[in-house]
Amino acid sequence: MTQSVVVQVGQCGNQVGCRFWDLALREHAHVNKKGVYDEALSSFFRNVDLRRNDGGSCGVGGKIENLKARAVLVDMEEGVVNEILQGPLREVFDSTQFLTDVSGSGNNWAVGHMTYGSAYREQIVDKLRKTAEHCDCLQCFFLIHSMGGGTGSGLGTRVLSMLEEEFPEVCRIVTSIYPSAEDDVITSPYNSILAMKELTEHADCVLPIENQALVHIVNKIKHMSHCGKPGSVIKTDTTVMSGQGGLSRAEKPFDTMNNIVANLLLNITSSARFEGSLNMDLNEIAMNLVPFPRMHYLVPSLTPLYTLADVSVPPRRLDQMFSDAFSKDHQLIRADPKHSLYLACALMVRGNVQVSDLRRNIERLKPSLPFVSWNQEGWKTSLCSVPPVGHSHSLLALANNTCVKPTFIGLRERFTKLYRKKAHLHHYLHVDGMEQSYFTEAVSCLNSLIEEYDHLDATKGRLMPDAPRFSIAR
Amino acid sequence: MSVVTVQLGQCGNQVGHELFDVICSDALEDQRKGYSTASCERFFHQTAHGELVARAVLVDMEPKVINQTICRSAKSGRWRYGETSHFSQKQGCGNNWAHGFCVHGPRHRDVVEELVRREVERCDRLAGLMAMMSVAGGTGSGVGAYITRYLRDVYPKSFILNHLTWPYGTGEVIVQNYNSVLTLAHLYHHSDAILVHENDTVHRICSQLLNIKHISFTDVNRVIAHQLGSILQPALTTDSNGIYSRNPLGELVGSLACHPEYKLLSVSTIPQMPSSSIAYSTFSWPGLLKHLRQMLISNSKMEECIDWQVQLPSASERTRTLLGSSFNTSLANLLILRGKDVYSAETGSFEDPALYSSWLSPEEAFNVWKSPVIFNKYEKSATLVSNSKALLRPLDNMLGKAWNMFASRAYIHQYVKFGISEEDFLDSFTFLEQVISSYNQL
Ligand SMILES: Nc1nc2c(ncn2[C@@H]2O[C@H](COP(=O)(O)OP(=O)(O)OP(=O)(O)O)[C@@H](O)[C@H]2O)c(=O)[nH]1
Ligand SMILES: Nc1nc2c(ncn2[C@@H]2O[C@H](COP(=O)(O)OP(=O)(O)OP(=O)(O)O)[C@@H](O)[C@H]2O)c(=O)[nH]1
Ligand SMILES: [Mg+2]
Ligand SMILES: [Mg+2]
Repeated sequence: MTQSVVVQVGQCGNQVGCRFWDLALREHAHVNKKGVYDEALSSFFRNVDLRRNDGGSCGVGGKIENLKARAVLVDMEEGVVNEILQGPLREVFDSTQFLTDVSGSGNNWAVGHMTYGSAYREQIVDKLRKTAEHCDCLQCFFLIHSMGGGTGSGLGTRVLSMLEEEFPEVCRIVTSIYPSAEDDVITSPYNSILAMKELTEHADCVLPIENQALVHIVNKIKHMSHCGKPGSVIKTDTTVMSGQGGLSRAEKPFDTMNNIVANLLLNITSSARFEGSLNMDLNEIAMNLVPFPRMHYLVPSLTPLYTLADVSVPPRRLDQMFSDAFSKDHQLIRADPKHSLYLACALMVRGNVQVSDLRRNIERLKPSLPFVSWNQEGWKTSLCSVPPVGHSHSLLALANNTCVKPTFIGLRERFTKLYRKKAHLHHYLHVDGMEQSYFTEAVSCLNSLIEEYDHLDATKGRLMPDAPRFSIAR
Repeated sequence: MSVVTVQLGQCGNQVGHELFDVICSDALEDQRKGYSTASCERFFHQTAHGELVARAVLVDMEPKVINQTICRSAKSGRWRYGETSHFSQKQGCGNNWAHGFCVHGPRHRDVVEELVRREVERCDRLAGLMAMMSVAGGTGSGVGAYITRYLRDVYPKSFILNHLTWPYGTGEVIVQNYNSVLTLAHLYHHSDAILVHENDTVHRICSQLLNIKHISFTDVNRVIAHQLGSILQPALTTDSNGIYSRNPLGELVGSLACHPEYKLLSVSTIPQMPSSSIAYSTFSWPGLLKHLRQMLISNSKMEECIDWQVQLPSASERTRTLLGSSFNTSLANLLILRGKDVYSAETGSFEDPALYSSWLSPEEAFNVWKSPVIFNKYEKSATLVSNSKALLRPLDNMLGKAWNMFASRAYIHQYVKFGISEEDFLDSFTFLEQVISSYNQL
């Protein structure tokens, strides 16, 4: 069995991270009735006997003593982390897992990346190593951060390259929250573009999520629960709705949105945490979905989101779930994968679903989904037998699809608008180690990424001839 | 003589388990002592307490499948795996052939070789080694190809047979065609014979012949195990004078004219039906053999799909190229008959020269093994192992898809990371094009 470590950086990273830990605990409590520390739990939690002085962790098979999240929490201000320390999740973390400063990065990528990155480098690496040492076989780092602020975006991406240097063999999957066009943070386009270069060059996979898409989904859920048509009743105890049944009671503004992201993380890690007849190891994600090293942005979509199924689900509903995963409304960025081009696609299913259900639905949906000519059969599937709490089954689709392009183009436009006026630039250039070239290089990195997607898009709909084969002379 | 089996990766371990299960229950079922003894000696050794222990080594890079496999065999109560005959690590190869071949293979070859040697030393006489694996994943295919090469060096004179499971067309591993191409090209140099089962074909047997509704890997693996078992269980060869053949792998390789360019063997078995129907069915040898022969020449792996239109080419057509014709030319065939009245079965129709390439005389190209013992509950059962053009089309498809992907250099960086270069790919492509071209010449 392998383990993973979550690294949450900045306000957003820590808030999303905590929703994940909350829901993960709930999910394990639901499945694990005996209170035994099992392999499933060990993938994301240590079991610590506080009576032992060495603070060492207990092996799998014993009774649950104290579960400690395999996590490192970093923020350059104290607010969010202090809240965690006083909140219901405080038991899950040790003080040694935190790293904070007092003043924040002031929405400035350069402060996070350069100033704090250099000042805290040793401490961060030390904490990462300690957490890694507790793992028997460390398979994956999950980095969670926002693109718009200073700490998550700047220091978060600095941590990413520390991971690459220190643990080159461990897979790095990054969950990045992209700012909306009307984001409060004026400098968010700068921060995002500077962070994008780091993500493109140092991550194995990036799961981009747009706050705008989350807002849209949350509004739709609220709308449905208010004008509740019969049959579309929202169950309040499902994990998409916040807090309820979980560890924290009070609902904070971002909670519902963050729960959606936490659900994504729950589902992507489910195959690593639980048994299933078709397991997908975390390192199989990049291997199967990333045909070119820089094109590792995987658009997530999650179902069910709106219609929350009852326990006995007629087959039509199951098939509906597969259809939904490809609709615009279920994507976690604002994008339309069906009308763009697929490079590859993974379907990660949980609950009582058979291989034959997978095959039937792939056959059914395939004709309407454009795949790149050399990967017409670019499907990777997994089945995890444990469904999410409150559902009979669920589906997470990860699409390597050119539909991420508009998000990147939009970001570039907003960046250009600011950059042309040199707005706020001096705040960045003041920072030790920061230079104007960082901006120009970051834009040109993004430009070439967009071009690569353009090239692939251009092949769409064209009938590509098979590559001529070698002929063997006799 | 005994065979030592090496099960590699998830598929190799799961299929291997079913094979030992079939062989064991078949061996214990029969009252004829000679047959049971020969079968047990071939695949098991006995402990002081009389327990049957498989002559097998289990290898995977992650522990889950091996643990499950060992548990399941222990539960059968009839046989088990050796307590220390397995090797696993904590994390699989993530579907990456290069990770298996370049990293895990070299790193663990000595441990695996040691396990194999212990099994070999337990055999009074070694008939050969059989390595079982899928070609689509990372461990079975990558580690499997490496270990096969290594075992070839250590046992230069022993027969090595590889059993390969070819992937479904779609749905499980996106880089499966790359992994398959690399595996086949590497195995071809070191293996004596490569026996292939295609998942799509076996799946169709499960649904259309066995009427199974929700088909699991266990169902698929039982079919594979039945067909493999019917090849590997003791049988009498033409010149064995009533003594069960001593050298199953050597005779298999010899009968099928395996040759550096022609080593791909396909299998078909008849009849196959739901176990509830077996008791109510009777078969005649002429009927079974007529069907099996047409399955051979029309290249259908299932009795239900036989194309009766396909005819042997007439003498004048033989000189024309047969490309595009649906007639399946053979290089060599081995027919294995098991069950009642087996000595009365007339197999002359398989000796028609028109079935074969002109390179071998029909007497050289065709062999029959027989056993009067009822196999796996079928009163009569016939299996044909064929070195023919049967696998040409699936191989060509596999290569074509991999080549298209390679033309865009998609996914190559994942292999380069572990030490497999573009040139390595090109070598594998070139080599397999050669194999295809050779089979096309038949
Ligand atoms: N979805 C979501 N977005 C958030 C959350 N908190 C902040 N954001 C978004 O993240 C961006 C701001 O980044 P923060 O994470 O607050 O900033 P930080 O990383 O703490 O950096 P500094 O505050 O500058 O030190 C904006 O786009 C916010 O809309 C959250 O809990 N959930
Ligand atoms: N017939 C059959 N095919 C299987 C079975 N298990 C896996 N496969 C096939 O094997 C391929 C996947 O390879 P695996 O054997 O699972 O991979 P592995 O060798 O364990 O390698 P990694 O997991 O990548 O390290 C796919 O084509 C599956 O269809 C099985 O029990 N029976
Ligand atoms: Mg902050
Ligand atoms: Mg495996």
